Amino acid sequence: MSSERTPPLSETLDPPVWDNMPLPIEKLDFEEELMTIAPERTDTSVRRARTATETVERLRVEDISVFYGSKPAVKNVSLSINQGEVLALIGPSGCGKTTLLRTLNRLTELTPNASHSGRILLDGEDTDEIVDTELRRRVSMVFQQPNPFPMSIFDNVGFALREQSRKRPHRRDLQPQVDKALQRAGLYEEVRTDYDRSALRLSGGQQQRLCIARAIAQEPEILLMDEPCSALDPRSTAVIEDLIVQLRQDLAIVIVTHNLQQARRIADRVAFMYLGDLVELGETEQVFTDPEQEQTREYIAGVFG
Amino acid sequence: MASANPLAAPQLSPSRRRRRGRRAPVRSWRARDQALFVIAWTAGAGLCVCAAALVIFFAVQGIQYLHPDLLVTRPSVAATQAMSGGILDPILGTVLLAAIGLLIAAPLGVVSAIWVVEYGRPRWLSRIVESAVEIIAGTPDIVLAIFGLALFELGVFSPFSLAEPGGAFGRSFLNAGIIVSAVALPSVYTATRNGLIATPRQLRESSYALGKTRIATIRRVVLPAVRRDVATGATLGLGRIIGDTAIVVLLLGATLRNQPASNTPFIGLLRGTGSTLTSYVFNNSPAGDGNAPDKAYAAAAVLLLLVVLLNWGVGRIGRIGGPLIHEPSRRLGA
Repeated sequence: MSSERTPPLSETLDPPVWDNMPLPIEKLDFEEELMTIAPERTDTSVRRARTATETVERLRVEDISVFYGSKPAVKNVSLSINQGEVLALIGPSGCGKTTLLRTLNRLTELTPNASHSGRILLDGEDTDEIVDTELRRRVSMVFQQPNPFPMSIFDNVGFALREQSRKRPHRRDLQPQVDKALQRAGLYEEVRTDYDRSALRLSGGQQQRLCIARAIAQEPEILLMDEPCSALDPRSTAVIEDLIVQLRQDLAIVIVTHNLQQARRIADRVAFMYLGDLVELGETEQVFTDPEQEQTREYIAGVFG
Repeated sequence: MASANPLAAPQLSPSRRRRRGRRAPVRSWRARDQALFVIAWTAGAGLCVCAAALVIFFAVQGIQYLHPDLLVTRPSVAATQAMSGGILDPILGTVLLAAIGLLIAAPLGVVSAIWVVEYGRPRWLSRIVESAVEIIAGTPDIVLAIFGLALFELGVFSPFSLAEPGGAFGRSFLNAGIIVSAVALPSVYTATRNGLIATPRQLRESSYALGKTRIATIRRVVLPAVRRDVATGATLGLGRIIGDTAIVVLLLGATLRNQPASNTPFIGLLRGTGSTLTSYVFNNSPAGDGNAPDKAYAAAAVLLLLVVLLNWGVGRIGRIGGPLIHEPSRRLGA
């Protein structure tokens, strides 16, 4: 090892150069597919490519506060989530970003002492008025740990599609939807020959893409992601980040992340939360280069976190 | 540098792999540590000797007395051992009793474990269920048996055995099976409950987040995740049923042959009395009144073989059918 201190890559390269570097992953089949679908990716400084079309608001959060017992976890947060964009929730641990995310599909209701005030509108409809199972089919979620169900790959993806009607659909009726979901999740080429294999035999990155396929199989309007890459290696993370950027075209994505660089790479807008407050919400580049709030600046600069 | 790539597996030559760091010789340890060292080794070795003695003794007895035709011959009452027939009825009795007991214990244990872990409200009720299972697990089987006899001799239960003036006979496969299920229930319940607790909460939440109801989640996600725990608990429970004697003697009648209560094909058998391998061993041992010790040894060898096979099966269950969400625990409270 050389005696001089080797500066980390991030110091030697400007961010744009860093982002233009080829991804440290092998060329997979679907990678090429991605390139053809989103060729802009390579010429922009970040992985995402702006969709400059007019914004369609899908989810509107109006003055939401969430309490665990009497302790507020989220305080008076208002924001909107638009079709075709990735909104990243960032902030230090315990700032309420995961709670906010889980409130969007009413998963917080599973916590016995949780309650909320304010309202959330999904396409103008109060989510409290929608039956929870119906809401969660429209606002789907991917978790931190890849957690496939203990069943075959096919059954995992078909899970949400089954049992929505009284009559259980046949496998051949589900096949096109399962194929499509796996294609969108970039897993199709890897698993198409062994649909009947246990999903637990897949690698961690594959399992997480399976969970994404499972979540998008029923064509939700909104996809919630709770630190989907934090349990994965860098290679799988890069694959999933690409996937998120691509999926954004059809739905709105809200992603909680601890990884600021990830937020910068994939998000269109960033919301910074601190101690339950929504401190700042803005375009990704603006929040990272010219934040309006001092707290945001300090967090992004690594003063606390 | 030690190696160019720290992530690469270190190259192990056979001689290097065997190398161990130097350890202080036992002789130089403190007296107390030496004493514990000796005790630990003695205890471990002693257990091995016990198990080996048991297995070897019955292997020898089995080879000596167990002839294949014993397994397919019905027992009969006779003054001499040579005339007393085989052990077909006790074998069938064991199988039938175990089947009845498990058919009752498995669903009951699984359902109550699901209720306690997944619902468990009101709290006091789930605590009562927990205590109830503990009480059943701790009750000696002879106490369960005499309770069962008192219960099933009531006239209401005469369809379960033979009706008698002023009540019921009380002894039948059905009655014994019902009470013997209480012996297996704690194993099934505890294994299932531990499996449910070990199943990550996120797995359930993932299902809810896909728009599933709680009951669909339990049926389609949680139960498949604990199926191996259920199998483990059921197998352990089966072993306990097969090994039970007191309930068989009191509630099955421990008759030499299986005696259907009527000519109705299967119902008659369920309502009738019979014997199992355990009661057969008990009755034919030098302590019993059958006085056919050779046959008792043969039956005991079969019984031991069955239980050893079952235990081996429990170990295998953990390895079949692909990877697991979590490892089923074999250490059961019951």
